[in-house]
Amino acid sequence: MNRRDSIRSLFLGSIAGGLALESCVTEPNTEIEKKIWKYQYGRTPKEQAHDENLLGQQFFEKSEIIKIKRLANLILPPNENGNIEEAKVPEFIEFMAKDFPSIQTKMRGGLMWLDTHTNKKFGKDFISCSEDQQHQVLDKIAYPNPNSNEQNQEVQFFSLTRNLVMTGYFTSEAGIKELGYMGNQPNVWDGVPEDVLKDHGMSYDKSWMPKFVNQSKRNDLAKWDEEGNLIS
Amino acid sequence: MQIIENDEQYDVVIVGSGAGGGMATKILADNGLKVAVVEAGPFFDPANPKQQTQLKWPYESPRRGAGTIRAFGEFDMALGGWNIDGEPYNQIGDSKFDWFRSRMLGGRTNHWGRISLRFGPRDFKGKDRDGLGENWPIGYKEIKPYYDKVDKLIGVFGSKENLYNEPDGYFLPAPKPRLHELYYKKGAEKSGVKVIPSRLSILTKRINNERGICFYCNQCSRSCSVYGDFSAGSCLIFPAQKSGGQVDLYVNSMVREVEVNEEGKATGVLYINKKDRKEYRVTGKVVVLAASACSTARILLNSKSAYHPNGLGNSSNLVGKYLHDSTGSDRMAFLPELMNRKRYNEDGVGGMHLYSPWWLDNKKLDFPRGYHIEVWGGLGMPSYGTGFNPNDLNKYLGLNVGGYGNQLREDVKKFYGSVMGMSGRGESIARKDNYCEIDPTMVDEYGIPVLRFNYSWSNHERKQARHMHNTFEEIIENMGGIVLGDKPGADKDYGLLNPGRIIHEVGTTRMGSDPKKSVVNEFEQLHDANNVFIVDAGPFVSQADKNPTWTIMALSWRTSEFIIQELKKQNI
Repeated sequence: MNRRDSIRSLFLGSIAGGLALESCVTEPNTEIEKKIWKYQYGRTPKEQAHDENLLGQQFFEKSEIIKIKRLANLILPPNENGNIEEAKVPEFIEFMAKDFPSIQTKMRGGLMWLDTHTNKKFGKDFISCSEDQQHQVLDKIAYPNPNSNEQNQEVQFFSLTRNLVMTGYFTSEAGIKELGYMGNQPNVWDGVPEDVLKDHGMSYDKSWMPKFVNQSKRNDLAKWDEEGNLIS
Repeated sequence: MQIIENDEQYDVVIVGSGAGGGMATKILADNGLKVAVVEAGPFFDPANPKQQTQLKWPYESPRRGAGTIRAFGEFDMALGGWNIDGEPYNQIGDSKFDWFRSRMLGGRTNHWGRISLRFGPRDFKGKDRDGLGENWPIGYKEIKPYYDKVDKLIGVFGSKENLYNEPDGYFLPAPKPRLHELYYKKGAEKSGVKVIPSRLSILTKRINNERGICFYCNQCSRSCSVYGDFSAGSCLIFPAQKSGGQVDLYVNSMVREVEVNEEGKATGVLYINKKDRKEYRVTGKVVVLAASACSTARILLNSKSAYHPNGLGNSSNLVGKYLHDSTGSDRMAFLPELMNRKRYNEDGVGGMHLYSPWWLDNKKLDFPRGYHIEVWGGLGMPSYGTGFNPNDLNKYLGLNVGGYGNQLREDVKKFYGSVMGMSGRGESIARKDNYCEIDPTMVDEYGIPVLRFNYSWSNHERKQARHMHNTFEEIIENMGGIVLGDKPGADKDYGLLNPGRIIHEVGTTRMGSDPKKSVVNEFEQLHDANNVFIVDAGPFVSQADKNPTWTIMALSWRTSEFIIQELKKQNI
């Protein structure tokens, strides 16, 4: 499927999904409004209405959300840097299930598989298992076969969940801080820091230096001579 | 329903507000003409906090920036995409032309890569070299003064390099390269691939007192709130209005056709207001089309009249023909030396700080035209997708892939900033059998007949793409990197992306001196109606391996001056 087809199918899917889900809206309006007003950035009225529609629906059932939270905590256990609740990972996964409806069945079926598997093996559902038992389940599904292009559904389910958990965390405030990303703020770029260049055995070519911005003169109005040489 | 008339009589009606339409607006209004700009999308000003996405964090979005709604991620400032609800297009046979449209004031200039390259002397005369395609009726000499003026008006950073086919301009100083770019430079130069500072229309230095200076957030694709990058609204249309120009903006107005009188001359345009879905008429002495190459062809073909039964300007049957996009193919590399990097703010400008212009002689190669290489990577802002397959790269280190637990945190941090990529963007050969035309079986939600596309690549492009991948692999090896993914073979057209994907579609109303072989003359004036001009990329005879925007604007300026002269002489 090429990108256009996949977008098209996503789009068709979301309409179908939306219709089916409307009856599942359980939250009071004030709660939904709170969710909606959290997100303020340049969107068209149509885009905003679409998002509000998604935010007003609930896909996962309570028992599924509990399982997602547990899985997310097993994938990324809390530490001093942050945890998945703070990073709003479960809310993010709930939203993405509506934003990418093609993942809905894989997610829901995978969550069900967990219980089927533990019921058979340990005589109880996944949530009721001990941490050690839960680890035993994950050990079975967390390592895709590197020599195969075809992975079992439970392995695919876990890879998908792991991706959503990881990206949910590392796009959160805590995750970005832990990753060490330092940008998205006004600054003046003047090249790679000296110590980093040194570590990598790199340097700026002397012959290139005159081509580069002299940041102390960035505010001076640009002027050129007739040959196009910058003279300010 | 009756057409709603407009009492204003304009000197010029301009359709579209991107690079070409914006430049025409600026030049014509600055010269005292009364101008109507008719734009299919909403008003947009990147300085308006309500429309702004610049400096937003991924967690400010419920989908963390994913591209579900907007093709390049939801903070990208192109309202539209490859598919727009209610505005379909079709393919002929197994064609796969992807058509990107941005419906907003400023059009695609709000999100583009700001790569601002001049065509060189060779680029206008390709046929002289290899017998393929067609020469332009003008050469570098004719357009150079306008490139110079565009440089000074809008601002472009770069460096003087004295390369014959990569002409220098009036450059602002270039930013220093990032770390992965230094690795690239080392690797590329080892293979004899030329590397020079990028040429991007981003203000690394003050150019006037109306626009701010780049503050290095890397987000030109979100359109700059201090106007530190070039967008047609913020740098052309608003300044034209502020300096007292008579500019009326008609937004959310979808032009259906150009109307003509009994002598076949244009009288104005008919458009549908998207808000009330009624038809409106706006009239002017001159009509300038700048709706983008394919949209302009569509308007012309839909403008049928007794005088122009085949569509306006289409007596040659060439409107829509010779459609061509840049070739494109990409490759990624893993650089083990960039694992566990020291952290610092490496955002830089919104694009690469260096690149490789075409460096070889095609006479010694098995394909006729060149390509340039763009470079990407670095310690970028996390967005949807960051952390996916967190430790797949472990397989190159002989370590476990997959798993769970806090080791995953360490894996993501270890590999952050260690992957970089290269994109080849090349010249394709314009062919008559690559075209868009009206699909008689379908209309859009405004009742306007839509386009269908017929497009295929030839071996010229396939062999060029094969050369790209050979080059990428050699450079990656020189860099001490590991090539990711398999080399695409003949079954995958050697990795050529679908036509349209590079969003450099040009050629649908090509220029020439022979009305039988071209749609417009060298002043972008229709051969068939002398008061209609086309200032988007439709008139391009060939697209070089250069991004078209700078040439669109230089030509639009030249055409605008011609319009002013012709109006003065009462020739039109």
